[in-house]
Amino acid sequence: MSSAQIEIQLIASLVAIACAIPGTFLVLRKMAMISDAISHSILPGLVVGFFLTEDLNSPWLILLAAITGVITVIMVEFIQKTGLVKKDTAIGLVFPALFSIGVILIAKNANDVHLDVDAVLLGELAFAPFDRVLMNGMDLGAKSLWVIGIIVTVTVILLVTFFKELKISTFDKQLAATLGFSPLVLHYGLMSVASITTVGAFDAVGAILVVALMIAPAAIAYLLTNNLKKMLVIAVIAGVSSSIGGYWVAHYLDASIAGSMTTVLGLLFLLVYLFAPNKGLVAVLFRQKRQQAEVHLLTFMLHLQNHSEESERHINHLREHINWGKIQSKTVLDLALKNNMIVISDDIISLTEKGKGFTEKAIDYITTNSTVAIEKMKEDFFLFRG
Amino acid sequence: MNFTEYIDLLFTDYTLQTITLGTAVLGALCGMLGSFAVLRKQSLLGDAISHAALPGIALAFLITGSKDSNTLLIGALISGLVGTFWIRGIVKNTHLKSDTALGLILSLFFGFGMLLLTFIQKMPNANQAGLDKYLFGQAATLLTSDVWTMCVIAGLSLLVLLVFWKELKLMLFDADYTKSLGFNIKFLDVLITFFIVVSIVVGLQTVGVVLMSAMLLAPAAAARQWTNSLSVMVGLAAIFGATSGVLGTAISASANNLSTGPVIVLIAAVFVLISFVFSPKRGLLFREIRYWNNRKDLQLNKTLAFMYHIVKTHENIDHPHAIKILNSFQGFTRKSLQKLEDREYITLNKSMWSLTEKGFEKAANLYNQSEENE
Repeated sequence: MSSAQIEIQLIASLVAIACAIPGTFLVLRKMAMISDAISHSILPGLVVGFFLTEDLNSPWLILLAAITGVITVIMVEFIQKTGLVKKDTAIGLVFPALFSIGVILIAKNANDVHLDVDAVLLGELAFAPFDRVLMNGMDLGAKSLWVIGIIVTVTVILLVTFFKELKISTFDKQLAATLGFSPLVLHYGLMSVASITTVGAFDAVGAILVVALMIAPAAIAYLLTNNLKKMLVIAVIAGVSSSIGGYWVAHYLDASIAGSMTTVLGLLFLLVYLFAPNKGLVAVLFRQKRQQAEVHLLTFMLHLQNHSEESERHINHLREHINWGKIQSKTVLDLALKNNMIVISDDIISLTEKGKGFTEKAIDYITTNSTVAIEKMKEDFFLFRG
Repeated sequence: MNFTEYIDLLFTDYTLQTITLGTAVLGALCGMLGSFAVLRKQSLLGDAISHAALPGIALAFLITGSKDSNTLLIGALISGLVGTFWIRGIVKNTHLKSDTALGLILSLFFGFGMLLLTFIQKMPNANQAGLDKYLFGQAATLLTSDVWTMCVIAGLSLLVLLVFWKELKLMLFDADYTKSLGFNIKFLDVLITFFIVVSIVVGLQTVGVVLMSAMLLAPAAAARQWTNSLSVMVGLAAIFGATSGVLGTAISASANNLSTGPVIVLIAAVFVLISFVFSPKRGLLFREIRYWNNRKDLQLNKTLAFMYHIVKTHENIDHPHAIKILNSFQGFTRKSLQKLEDREYITLNKSMWSLTEKGFEKAANLYNQSEENE
């Protein structure tokens, strides 16, 4: 690995960390799309800043663009407060308008500005190591490395300092307000950090990837844990690992680094989406199926208890009466047999003592609708789940 | 080229006619279907779909090697639909909220699309140039066949809207009721979503991935301010969309270096701004005026009530009182007293005032809500 390669991976990882932290809070506060809006609408701020400073890494430009980001948030909130349109419509109206202004500004001044819309949108990480910080002729490393390094440091310091406040205001706004943390200050603080991160990261990875790096790691972490601290850690790990993985994919395919980082992130999300324990698609579908089988079992047992006559308890009657398919009746019968709730003799089904107990408890549960969790009841009676 | 030259050209130049017609039809189509997106609170779905369409374009090119816009649009349509239904899957099956799902699909699909595009660009001997027009859109590349495609799709969606008008309207405002009447909600939902995706996909070539969502939203959001009727809203949105298309094309054609997509979006944004401020019923301006009038009325009523309490202690209503005694009550001016006199609630006589019969009645019933407000 050359030093440039190491530097690129370092920048990518730092960007991932800087994005994952505010991203986690944005996802938890249901404001994920705000990051999309910010990432687009900083464009006019960038262009104006570039006219003034002529340096993409100047702190003034970053500040100006970040202010545009915060202004976007304020505009969205203003429109939303008028009640004329819903919040998502407000977002969808503001950022394309600002982005259009940016595109037009660039197009009108194409001769004076060395700023390309493609570059803003997509970034080019591969060029990041060429722009160096020189002090007294000494090479202090890539400029983007410094910019993003400072942003990460500030973000982490802010996170550690205001962790408690952020946590409470994210999960219980009213409580936070009663405790005296101004939700407004925290809200705009978070928005400012998100804006600055977006601006700091955009020229390395581009505006769209910033969105991916903010939302996807947080979403991955959200599917894996219910604990805020763990969620932050997982988001950072997911972000950093897909940054480094993405770099090597890009290296191999000779394609855009930003694009492959996002793709790796996407694959990671797909994996977690499918296989996350408890919250993944497979787990959810499995749980739904089990629940269905168990509800069927319950219906079946109630039916048995209601009918003492043999004709109603014949094994073939099940299909006619409750209108179940062959396979479904077999699953239910097997489940009941396995749990020792019924016995079958001469194709006539009867409840066992245990089955009767279960059914009575179930009737109690249904008629009183008491808060006794049915899950607890299932645990008491079931040897095998559906 | 200045504006008059543009008008001249519009009648003679075939290309310009094609482009203008194309953007107009696109604007109308997007306005029409956008109304449904806005009312169903799926405003940002358009943004997500347009970004999600990008890998489809790249894949279609990779597989077929053709740059024919219809082929690419089919690819875009497929990946747009995959994105849409994945968003639904995420919202339905996991704890993730819809905004997270939208942002995820948007950025992940777009990133994958970029990977494919850069990969294609590095491919030897590929006639890949021009794929990136889908990023920002180039109305200038519209061909007659593209405009035909747009017209067919616009006609088709109009037909579908007309055929299923009652059902769609019902579903928009009361989905549960629609279900209970026995309409197939799932079918209607898929139908309208499908046409929204189609309209986004046909617009990609003209305004591009990034700005497409505004084409869908802005005309509808503007139209919403002027009416409470769905049919009027859809019609207005179509008109707004078409007008922004035509005006945007005109402005960008008459100036140098102005790409059409952003100009169209800005024109549509101006429509929204005007509607937000000047719409008579919901607009901010008239709302402020209404508040202001209400405040003034309230002030008058307070003055009247204060007078009523003084007058109540006297035998006859029209016993004159000095204006001075109102001084302990701050909320009156010469002008407001004059206004009360104009309404015949009081009579003024130099520095004295007295309540009229009508004014007494009015003040006595001030808190009576059933009384009509004047």
